[in-house]
Amino acid sequence: MTPGLHHYLIVSALLFSLGLLGVVARRNLFVIFMGLELMLNAANLALVAFSRYHNNLNGQVMVFFIITVAAAEVAVGLALLVALYRKRQTAHVEDLTSLKL
Amino acid sequence: MEHAAVAQHAVESGTKIQDLAWAILILPLVMAFGTAVLTPKNRTISAAFNISGVVVAFLLSFTLFCVYGGQSVDATPFHWLPVAGLDAEMGLHLDALSTLMLMVVTGVGSLVMIYSIGYMHEDRSYTRFFSTLSLFVFSMLGIVLANNLLMLFVFWELVGVSSYLLIGFWYEKPSAGDASKKAFLTNRIGDFGFMLGILAIWSLAGTLDIADLKAKFVANPALLGPWAGLAGLLIFMGAMGKSAQFPLHVWLPDAMEGPTPVSALIHAATMVAAGVYMLCRVFFLYTATPGWPAALGFLDGISAASIISCIGGFTALFAAVIAVQQDDIKRILAYSTLSQLGLMVMAVGLGAKTGDASASMYHLVTHAGFKAMLFLGAGSVIHACHHEQDIWKMGGLRSKMPKTFWTFALGTAALAGLPPFSGFYSKDEILAVALEANPIFFGVGVLVTVLTTFYMSRLVLVAFFGKPRGEGADHAHESPSSMTLPLLVLAVPSAFIAWLPLGEFLSGHFKPGHATHGGDILFGPFNHNPIAAVFGLGAVLFGFSLAYSLYGKAPAQDPLSAKLGLLSQAMRNRFYIDEIYDGIVVPLHNLLSQIADAIDRWLIAGIAVRGLSGVVEIAGRALRLVQTGSIQTYAFLFTAGVLLIVLLALK
Repeated sequence: MTPGLHHYLIVSALLFSLGLLGVVARRNLFVIFMGLELMLNAANLALVAFSRYHNNLNGQVMVFFIITVAAAEVAVGLALLVALYRKRQTAHVEDLTSLKL
Repeated sequence: MEHAAVAQHAVESGTKIQDLAWAILILPLVMAFGTAVLTPKNRTISAAFNISGVVVAFLLSFTLFCVYGGQSVDATPFHWLPVAGLDAEMGLHLDALSTLMLMVVTGVGSLVMIYSIGYMHEDRSYTRFFSTLSLFVFSMLGIVLANNLLMLFVFWELVGVSSYLLIGFWYEKPSAGDASKKAFLTNRIGDFGFMLGILAIWSLAGTLDIADLKAKFVANPALLGPWAGLAGLLIFMGAMGKSAQFPLHVWLPDAMEGPTPVSALIHAATMVAAGVYMLCRVFFLYTATPGWPAALGFLDGISAASIISCIGGFTALFAAVIAVQQDDIKRILAYSTLSQLGLMVMAVGLGAKTGDASASMYHLVTHAGFKAMLFLGAGSVIHACHHEQDIWKMGGLRSKMPKTFWTFALGTAALAGLPPFSGFYSKDEILAVALEANPIFFGVGVLVTVLTTFYMSRLVLVAFFGKPRGEGADHAHESPSSMTLPLLVLAVPSAFIAWLPLGEFLSGHFKPGHATHGGDILFGPFNHNPIAAVFGLGAVLFGFSLAYSLYGKAPAQDPLSAKLGLLSQAMRNRFYIDEIYDGIVVPLHNLLSQIADAIDRWLIAGIAVRGLSGVVEIAGRALRLVQTGSIQTYAFLFTAGVLLIVLLALK
């Protein structure tokens, strides 16, 4: 049995759900960040699958863009996280409430 | 010639002589505030400035009186509040009534203030006393000069305020505080009716200017149609409050808690006369065609003026009866004032038939003179007896205080109505009007004269004759000259005012070109209305002989109390009017205020205000829970929302 479009899409949906679960449920900022990356890659997988299915390269071009932007975003995000950790000695969202009333 | 030159000058310079009236009005106010703010600690300067303010006002009034006499002129007005449909103006009007009243107010005012130098000497709030008196004079002059009803009402209320301040001058005494509140509240009831009356006149006649109103009434006596009677009575309510007519008379005897000069100026000579003066000012209301709205149809055929004369006559008799059994020297005079005011109000009502209220204005002027003198004399006695006010603890003061005694005796003769003193002539005019209008009122007038002579003779015989009955009277001595001088000055008009043709002067105001009695003024009453004059004189002689037979031998206590028994008890207790008010009006008022309080507390503050704010607050607190500030929660909710939309879209 050769894998069809729906197999790729199911995997993509599973990956997306896992990423979302990480973003919503975890309390460590690094893990939340990783969850975000997972969600981005789930979208990439869906785009590549659709691109292949339609024999249209536009989707794969889009994926390249996403990977590039994501790399930049990771660089900035991680830098912020490291700076925050140095300042507060923690990366847990419960401890980062100084803007709350 | 000189008059013409003055008029010529006035035209050239643009300001007019009558604008002096503004100076008369403003001067006491400037002095009141100036001394209260700048020299509260300096007793001499405060007294000097306040007194000079009123004295200068008197001199200016005298000038205006000499220049204009009975002419009717207006000082330059200014526009105060131009509101849609009503141009509220502040304007001063000079005519026979107002120039005469100006002289009465400032004249008695200056004498009372000079008297106060001695009387209030030991008081620590000296400046407050003088500046409040000046404030009162200012307010009273406003009433006298006002050319429209709105301005009159404003100053009417100001008079109420300054009276409140002066009755409660010794506010640390609870009785003084209570008396001032009572006076103010009782007056408010009358003033409320007055205000309704002014509103009624404004809505029906479209103007509040007294001269305009008068012109409109002359052109059309049925101007107010069916509302004439009601508007007249509502306006009269104001006079009922200020001039203390039954049933709003209860505040005046209590107002004697104030210092005696205040009683002399405000509660004998001027403020209480304001009601009568105001009635004379709007006299055209009562000579107009009477009419009542359908709901008051049972009053058809009765004019507002006749109701006024009934109330006045009743007050006169009622108060005179009470005065017979009072023991406090000031209270006797207070009830006497009530009774004389009743006579004046009665004369206004009766005068409506002939269109001439000059009798009541005449009596007002003479009464202001001798009653102020009597009060100042009483103050002198109280001062000498170390603040003893019970006449049964006085006695034998005649030889100890000769000046006070002689002026007091003269005042008594004038009040009782013994010729040739002033009271006889003015009271005679009232009796003549009553005889012409209605014999019942004539009877009331004669009876009041008998009672007046009786209680005043009782007062003089008990307090000044016989032997001292108390410690205070034993050590009494004549008051300082600052106190006796005003007494002597006031004695002059009481003795000689009858020589002036004041009655003619005033009736010229109400009926221009009216034929005057003419002839000899002193014996005039016996010529033009012998019945009234003879009855008036007879009443005085009868009253005096009655009093002399009871009190002539200087008894130690009142022989009349035993003779009258229960009636005397009722008279001493002022016919229980205060108790009736305490029993009916006060609980009713308490009930109403409790209901109002409950409505305010539970309905307005509870449901409307707190309820609304409570709903908003609870909703706010509930919604606040949604705003957690946690991005994870938002992300979860956001995803859940997207899923929901997708599900709905796919369905």
